[in-house]
Amino acid sequence: MFYIYCPYCEEHREEEEFHVVGQAHIDRPLDPDSLSDAEWAKYLYMRKNTRGLYQEQWLHAIGCRKFFNMTRDTVTYEIKETYKVGEQPTVV
Amino acid sequence: MTQKNRLDVNKSANKSSGRINVNKPISFRYGGKPYAGYEGDTVASALLANGVDIIGRSFKYSRPRGIVAAGAEEPNAILQMGATEATQVPNVRATQQELFEGLECKATNGWPNEDFDLMSYVGKVGGNVMSPGFYYKTFMYPQSMWKTYEKVIRKAAGFGRSPQENDPDIYDHIHRHCDVLIVGAGPAGLAAAAAAAQTGARVIIADEQAEFGGSLLHSTELIDAEKVQVWVDKIVAQLNNAPNVVCLSRSTVNGYHDHNFLTIHERRTDHIADFIAEAPKKTIRQRMHRVRAKTVLLATGAHERPLVFGNNDVPGSMLASAVSTYIHRYAVVPGKSLVLMTTNDYAYQTAIDWFYTGRKVVAVVDARANPQGQRVHQARELGITVIAGSAVIDVSGNHRVSGVKVASIDKSGEKITGEIKPLVCDTIASSGGWSPAVHLSCHTGSKPVWDEKILGFVPGKTIQKQLTAGGINGCYRLKACLQEGYQRGCKAATDAGFQQMPQPSFNDVIDVDEEPAMALFHIPHTEPTSRAPKQFVDLQNDVTAAGIEMATREGFESIEHVKRYTALGFGTDQGKLGNINGMAITAKSLNKSIPETGTTIFRPNYTPITFGAIAGRHCGELFDPKRYTAMHQWHEKNGALFEDVGQWKRPWYFPKTGETMQQALDRECLATRKSVGILDASTLGKIDIQGKDAREFLGRVYTNAWAKLAVGKCRYGLMCGEDGMVFDDGVTSCLGENHFLMTTTTGGAARVLEWLELYHQTEWSDMEVYFNSVTDHWATATISGPNSRQLLAELTNDIDLDKDNFKFMDWCEGTVAGVPARVYRISFTGELSFEINVQANYGMFVWEKLIEHGEKFNITPYGTETMHILRAEKGFIIAGQDTDGSVHPYDLNMGWAVSANKTFSFIGKRGMAREDCVRPNRKQLVGLKTNDPKQVIPEGSQAVNDPNQPLPMDMQGHITSSYWSANLGHSIAMGYIKGGINRMGEKVYYPQADGSVIEAEICSTIFLDPKGERQNV
Amino acid sequence: MSDIAVMDQVPDSQEVNAKAESPLFHIGAGINTHKDANSAGVLLQEDKLAGHLLIRGNRDDEAFNIAINNVLGTGLPKTLQCIYVDELSIRWVSPDEWLVICAGDKVYELEKRLRAAVQGHYAIVNVSGGQTLLVLSGDNVRDVLMKSTAYDVDDSNFPVGKVVTSTLAKSQAIICRRNEDVWELVIRRSFADYIWLWLEDASREFGLVVNSK
Repeated sequence: MFYIYCPYCEEHREEEEFHVVGQAHIDRPLDPDSLSDAEWAKYLYMRKNTRGLYQEQWLHAIGCRKFFNMTRDTVTYEIKETYKVGEQPTVV
Repeated sequence: MTQKNRLDVNKSANKSSGRINVNKPISFRYGGKPYAGYEGDTVASALLANGVDIIGRSFKYSRPRGIVAAGAEEPNAILQMGATEATQVPNVRATQQELFEGLECKATNGWPNEDFDLMSYVGKVGGNVMSPGFYYKTFMYPQSMWKTYEKVIRKAAGFGRSPQENDPDIYDHIHRHCDVLIVGAGPAGLAAAAAAAQTGARVIIADEQAEFGGSLLHSTELIDAEKVQVWVDKIVAQLNNAPNVVCLSRSTVNGYHDHNFLTIHERRTDHIADFIAEAPKKTIRQRMHRVRAKTVLLATGAHERPLVFGNNDVPGSMLASAVSTYIHRYAVVPGKSLVLMTTNDYAYQTAIDWFYTGRKVVAVVDARANPQGQRVHQARELGITVIAGSAVIDVSGNHRVSGVKVASIDKSGEKITGEIKPLVCDTIASSGGWSPAVHLSCHTGSKPVWDEKILGFVPGKTIQKQLTAGGINGCYRLKACLQEGYQRGCKAATDAGFQQMPQPSFNDVIDVDEEPAMALFHIPHTEPTSRAPKQFVDLQNDVTAAGIEMATREGFESIEHVKRYTALGFGTDQGKLGNINGMAITAKSLNKSIPETGTTIFRPNYTPITFGAIAGRHCGELFDPKRYTAMHQWHEKNGALFEDVGQWKRPWYFPKTGETMQQALDRECLATRKSVGILDASTLGKIDIQGKDAREFLGRVYTNAWAKLAVGKCRYGLMCGEDGMVFDDGVTSCLGENHFLMTTTTGGAARVLEWLELYHQTEWSDMEVYFNSVTDHWATATISGPNSRQLLAELTNDIDLDKDNFKFMDWCEGTVAGVPARVYRISFTGELSFEINVQANYGMFVWEKLIEHGEKFNITPYGTETMHILRAEKGFIIAGQDTDGSVHPYDLNMGWAVSANKTFSFIGKRGMAREDCVRPNRKQLVGLKTNDPKQVIPEGSQAVNDPNQPLPMDMQGHITSSYWSANLGHSIAMGYIKGGINRMGEKVYYPQADGSVIEAEICSTIFLDPKGERQNV
Repeated sequence: MSDIAVMDQVPDSQEVNAKAESPLFHIGAGINTHKDANSAGVLLQEDKLAGHLLIRGNRDDEAFNIAINNVLGTGLPKTLQCIYVDELSIRWVSPDEWLVICAGDKVYELEKRLRAAVQGHYAIVNVSGGQTLLVLSGDNVRDVLMKSTAYDVDDSNFPVGKVVTSTLAKSQAIICRRNEDVWELVIRRSFADYIWLWLEDASREFGLVVNSK
């Protein structure tokens, strides 16, 4: 059970308040129609399966309903940082 | 039976009755026979006092087994408890279960009973061949028989059983947060708690035993020149009085999860009675504490390691420290004559303790060549024979130890070097040293590391904010334990942000000097291991040294594989006694070192937990939230049967007395199309959307166009994922130029809102729009049918119901039964319909008015099933029933709901243009009419083109919706057919499980009123 | 046509005698699971049929703050704060969301006044029918909360005036500490029965008394 710092509520909360969304920093292409099937598939399906530091998106679902990002070690489950949407990670 | 092994308190040299209260006798039943014990006893100590040797039969070989240990590590004394069927609890450790008046228990293993066990004869015959993998190898063929084999094997092996009646007890959960959680209230834990408490930190200290003290409860040592028990009492009193400390006894910290989240299993009444009846019921039997701690201090101590030698499982073979515990804590001497075998100084204390009870110490057999420690001298001074450089290699006796064979061994402990001498005794206590109880430290994935100094694994590196003190670090001397406890207690508080420096709770402790122990895990025999008498490593799973060696010979080299092949470390004791010996034997057998071989990982839970404690109050009515609409009580009163839609309870149908389900549905369907029906549609998801970019946003998340939807109008929309597949649908209404109300499917409400927020917050955050759920705010009554307008006219005087002024797909505001309402002229039945939305507090009032005024129209309430039939007659899809995440709008023949002209590439547009999405012969949704109009194709049936094609047939698609239509007088169905939209009129076949085949014709999904005239009147 | 559809959703009591049912209307006063009502550990009361208004907006927008302040008589509460002024309470819900609770018959007028005052990008949503306010008091409220929510309700973490949205059993609530002994829960209508059953059960060992307003 993770203990997650919500950058919007500005305190730690229990994992059961959150949903994990998936890999962070995947921007929707600005002009999807110009992409090949392969390029579109890359955006749609291809995700990293990192061993180690990983940036992922979470939602404070039972809380402030804000999406935010987290840098997490997938081996130790240590959360290195959480940061707001639009910000960049400082631990990579 | 008399308590023949109970010490006469007045006569024994130390004049102590330990922690039992001899003035409070208790009677209990074990295996149907009455026994007596005292308050303060465990079942194990009471049985030992009564001279009960056999406590069960072993798992595989059905050998008689006795009590080995005095705590959680006990592998044999596993009981089935409970005086009634409803209060049965399996796998209770006799060593941890406190005695209470009227306790009923019996052995878990042994059939028909543990003294006379049928399987032991099988075990004797089969013993030599029942090697690891025996069951796999023996019962492999024929495969179809395995289930039969398994039942017999399970009954004979015995695993305990769950109650067949509902548990009458109450279990619950509580959430706790603290600065410092201390696990274990032995010397280190108490010293730490005393320190941390002084700083003002929020402290929780938990211990699995009935009282705090740990090893001090049976210790003869001194703190500040007083008995250790005096110090324990003083510290416990301090902690109990401190407002910032929570003391939990009978509370096992069973799981250590990520980020310092721990679960504590507290047994509140297990020591008092089988069941406490109280009205109103409020006594909580067990409680799970779910704790988030800033810092965790593990002071879990260590488990003594038994030695592995021939027939080391005969009842009367015990852990050395357990013998001392029974003597000091329970005033029980579990035998008449003792042989102690040890590799270390500490265990001599057991011989000394036994000596002082007045019973016979036959000898101490020490594996070390020349032991000279302080305790060794003390034993010798008492006249106890010490046989050095030797080991017990075999035990004689069947139902109880009758003697041991002793032989001298070489320095490395690998060979017998001398003659075998028999000794007569009825108890063999052994000590191979101590294994730190590292279990909790492993739960979050940290690997323990081998410490050669203490010959044991200690906690490894962890990312948790975790400290350790005392036995878990291999720190076994009292003074060091107290000092480490104090230091770590201070540090734990400091780490949690408390600066104050506390005083230590002790001054003066004098330790006994000890010599190093010898590393010995497997006692040699004159025969090779495979031919020697059985040398048990894991008593609960009947794993022997020979079995482990065989596993490595058969190619299992990883310790995790050896574990799974031999079952080493499985079972309810999770290998607390046997694991280290097993790993050492594996290592030796593979010619590797112990660190190279490593250890298996301990996982939660530390000891078995009842399902009651896991479930807490989340059971029965409270198992899962049930969501109700404002009109629910009306539905209940009017006989509705309910269907679960997500967590909602929706009326399914409203049977009248004597009606079958089909009769009720036929009546509801006919009445709606003929006159007027009423549906509670409150559960549909509703999202209020405001902002100047709301319209543009809708255009991006729906497939169709929203730019021109005028205020006062409603529009149906399909919502797709980026892959182009439909995931939700609904009607969205334009309430104002910058204000919309979106409806979603009942089950999709939360997901759709999250979807909108995801895109707004992460992709298009510059768009000015806000989304808010108003699902619960509005109650929705839908009246549908040709008379719905007339009915509504009776209840409103401010809504113009003229068909040209209030058109299909319009909404307007007014009052219904005097209550302000928004009325939407939208239809899911294809009939003239009005969806009346009022603030939910008035939902019931308006509903009842509609029913009251609808009586003259024979208004008929209907539920989800009739709703499904009516919409299927019209070919309207249900997202989630007719879609499964693999179909796009064109597959549904709903290309009309996709706008290719929008400038923004809406979600799903690119996805549905992928090569696979535009290929021919995709499965497409069509209508299906059976040849026999009475036949209803079962949903899920697979279509084939040729029912006579040899297997495997070419599947064409499956049925998603299928009903009897009373309105049409024939069955109707929708389903997928490859290329189906261009195959109208063709025949397809649905082979059924019973061998029959249903023939159907592909047709339009719209079975009724294809021009949509009925809803437009 | 206007940009936003605003509607008085409460019937005129002069004209129509419409029965209103709050989410827990059936939990009448007088429920008492304790032998001595005066010593019950938990007192529960539903603040029935109150007005609930959600305000969405940009807290960094000075004009937005001033406009709200002019109407409510107070600024919007900061992160995890709750403010009580006169007949109003205002809860922070998220960085751009606040919940105002007022008398049920005042909510329409309040919405109109707010809409008249605030300019720019904002939203106001009347959610009065969709949720309700439970007021819990008594010596054992904290114990009941500890059984019900994973959030830390200790004084050190949950002072008077704090508000959080968190889990409550398998549902959720906006939990607010009004004063030393009084805690408030805002819960969703459809979950109200479940939460009532849960609270009744969790309070059993302490005794529960239901008060009416």
